[in-house]
Amino acid sequence: MKELLKDKLTGQFTTVQFEFIEQFDELTLKFDKSAIVNVCAFLKDEDGLKFNFCEDVTAIDWATRKNRFTVVYHIFSMENKFRLCLKVDVDESECSVESVSSIWKAANWAEREAYDMYGIIFLNHPDLRRMYMPEEFEYHPLRKEYPLMGIPGAIPLPKK
Amino acid sequence: MGLESKLINDGFFTTTVDAMAAWARESSVWPMPMGISCCAIEMMASGDPKYDISRFGSEVMRFTPRQCDLMIVAGTVTYKMAHVVKKIFDQMPEPKWVIAMGACTSTGGMYRSYNVVQGIDQFLPVDIYAAGCPPRPENLLNALMQIQDKIGKTRVKDFPDPPHTSIDEKQGELSLSKN
Ligand code: SF4
Repeated sequence: MKELLKDKLTGQFTTVQFEFIEQFDELTLKFDKSAIVNVCAFLKDEDGLKFNFCEDVTAIDWATRKNRFTVVYHIFSMENKFRLCLKVDVDESECSVESVSSIWKAANWAEREAYDMYGIIFLNHPDLRRMYMPEEFEYHPLRKEYPLMGIPGAIPLPKK
Repeated sequence: MGLESKLINDGFFTTTVDAMAAWARESSVWPMPMGISCCAIEMMASGDPKYDISRFGSEVMRFTPRQCDLMIVAGTVTYKMAHVVKKIFDQMPEPKWVIAMGACTSTGGMYRSYNVVQGIDQFLPVDIYAAGCPPRPENLLNALMQIQDKIGKTRVKDFPDPPHTSIDEKQGELSLSKN
């Protein structure tokens, strides 16, 4: 399955640089964020791959690194019983990546959560609202600069 | 219960309506089960036959705040949930009491973090804090008994006038009070 995946991807996308990493008994695929929609659509529809289940979309904040965020997609192929992890880097100055919710509906809420917690904009998302925090909240709490105890008064309490 | 012996001797007894009302209130506290997270499981356990909260007249857990006079806040109150808790509390008729059940509700507990209210006494008038994570049903029953003691000592003068019936003294007529 791993060889098939590598062959198919490098055959289909000649201009995209793929980096294959094997860790934790799982295959990880790193590439540039501009290709995310095309690669995901290919992974989902191509015969023999059929990654039809998007398990999670989340992000990592590396705080000091140049490309500050990594957006992580966990996808699963029910047909082949194979799990794959996709990673794309996102910089703070251009904090956005194309949404994959048009490919996997399950990505919709997961992307909303990643937006809520990290402030990463998912372009062309049908409904990019906050998932957990109140709508009028101004921060993104899982960013490293956000203090653990929060900013006093950032979320109002009801009056006594 | 002592009541019968008194009645056998004299056929009547004297008390004040005030004390009678407090006694009635104390013996049938109707809780609003505000079960938000894991503490709620212990709150349910205190309703089961083993712990049997009905021994204290409080088995009538009402899921509408309009019929309750005790709110058991059982669980982690987040800032977002705080508004809901307060809204439900505001719908309960006076007089009303609050038990803060568990470490989370009393102090934020192990969730020392940006999203959990560090103690619901920041926005609710808490009467009893039940310690524990979660408190055992015995502990909740103990909190209930303490609330009952407290209710038993109340008299009419302890309660403020409900806002919509207070008499504006200058005008001497019934009017809506402006809060
Ligand atoms: S005090 Fe413990 S048991 Fe109760 S809600 Fe908090 S974490 Fe759960």
